[in-house]
Amino acid sequence: MKWLKNNRFSRATLNTMALLLGIGLWTYGNAIGLALPSPEEVVSRFFKLIESGLIVADIGASLQRVLIGFALGTTIAIPVGFLMGWYWIARGLIEPYVQFFRTVPPLAIIPLAIVLFGIGEEPKILVISLAAFFACVIATFQGVVNVDKTLINAATVLGAKDGAIFFRVVVPSSAPFILVGMRLGLGSSWATLVAAELIAAQQGLGFRMQQAQLYYQLDTIFVGLLLIGFLGLAMDRILLLAELRLTSWQERRVS
Amino acid sequence: MERLPKIQVNNLKKTFPLKDQDFVALDGVSLDIQDEEFVTVVGPSGCGKTTLLNVIAGLEKASGGEVLVDGQKVSGPSPERGVIFQQYALFPWLTVRENVEFGLKLAKKSRKETRETAAHFIELVGLTQFADALPKMLSGGMKQRCALARAYAVNPKLLLMDEPFGALDALTRVNLQGQLLQTWQSEKRTVMFITHDVDEAVFLANRVVVMAAKPGRIKEIIEVDLPYPRHVDLRLTPRFGELRNRVWSAVYSQELDLASYGEQVSGQPTQKKKKGN
Repeated sequence: MKWLKNNRFSRATLNTMALLLGIGLWTYGNAIGLALPSPEEVVSRFFKLIESGLIVADIGASLQRVLIGFALGTTIAIPVGFLMGWYWIARGLIEPYVQFFRTVPPLAIIPLAIVLFGIGEEPKILVISLAAFFACVIATFQGVVNVDKTLINAATVLGAKDGAIFFRVVVPSSAPFILVGMRLGLGSSWATLVAAELIAAQQGLGFRMQQAQLYYQLDTIFVGLLLIGFLGLAMDRILLLAELRLTSWQERRVS
Repeated sequence: MERLPKIQVNNLKKTFPLKDQDFVALDGVSLDIQDEEFVTVVGPSGCGKTTLLNVIAGLEKASGGEVLVDGQKVSGPSPERGVIFQQYALFPWLTVRENVEFGLKLAKKSRKETRETAAHFIELVGLTQFADALPKMLSGGMKQRCALARAYAVNPKLLLMDEPFGALDALTRVNLQGQLLQTWQSEKRTVMFITHDVDEAVFLANRVVVMAAKPGRIKEIIEVDLPYPRHVDLRLTPRFGELRNRVWSAVYSQELDLASYGEQVSGQPTQKKKKGN
């Protein structure tokens, strides 16, 4: 009988309960003297930071970096992934680089990027777009490789030539992979962004937290953490919605 | 009236390279199929029946011999030879209507003609109500009917069907066999239908081609002299039973008694191997 209750409503109820429990534990920990700011302190700090306009500018700077980097990375990754999946020669030429640099954390590129590009926006955007690129290129490549051979045969016997097979079969059929790749890419872009800002920036959420660390402003650090979490979640949800929209034709286990 | 057969398969050979020696999937297969004929090909797995279909479709290259359609040599896939796959092979991101329109759009038909042709064949297979449904909403039988409409829509000279009902349950199979014959009678095409089901082979065909394995070859061709239209209860008639038994023996004699294989090639046909008609 248990599975009967596994519906949207009871899941949402459980989610809410878990959140309330978390906030309760946080308040309790605060009350028994853990060196943490209380939830109220964090909220009031958040509003103060908004009033001063600082945090809005930080959010703007961070979002701008991540969106430009992410857009750049995926725009390059998708055609490259298609090339690798479709032409074995392209795969042979590109794959060693992708496989090698994929294992290098994008953050490890930061020192090099700073030396080459200084401490402006370019090195951060470069590093972010690398993170998005590697997550997305592998997914796109997998998507193309996984295209059902029978579907290609079916299109061929209906008169499709290479171009039509590519645009009418390979592209739609790898769309689910690409969208998953984009979500992964966005996740790693976001993670990389904050780290990049911790190292070198004059603005941004990572920079704000770095500053707060210097002045022992735990509440500001909490505000930064929560904002990073919420913004990341929001962006992921937007992509998830797009994914559900674009790939609703897939047979899914859970709707 | 003597006329050029629609399909001429001449001494077709197909080998697949293996580690030690080549695997012979087709060893000199020759077969003529007349216009508007319904031919079924039946045989044990590994007898090369799917390979034969793929070579005729142009999806695989022959290692020797040739396939002629209306006297023209087949060199690759073409919309004139429609294929229906066992796994349905519908495009899951397209609705029933869009699936059926797929080939018409590639052929750059006018918008109006595309719409009308698709609607006609969707109606013919009884899916009008589901024209805007995605394949995931359809049952296996409906998917296969959609695939049939899609193949018909591009007006092929030849329909190649590769165990199209193989994945369906027994009841649905029987239903679909009847529907397929109905469709075929209202829109006559030359059909080559692969199956491993003896009953199905006899029920559908003008002629049953029995193939044998190792190496893949044609063992016997049995004429089915039952008139169309055929109804489900045709299966209960004595004549159907006789034909079914003949095909069954032809398919299974090799499987059951490998020793008799030597007899057959040495030119001593057993009684059940006597030429039909």
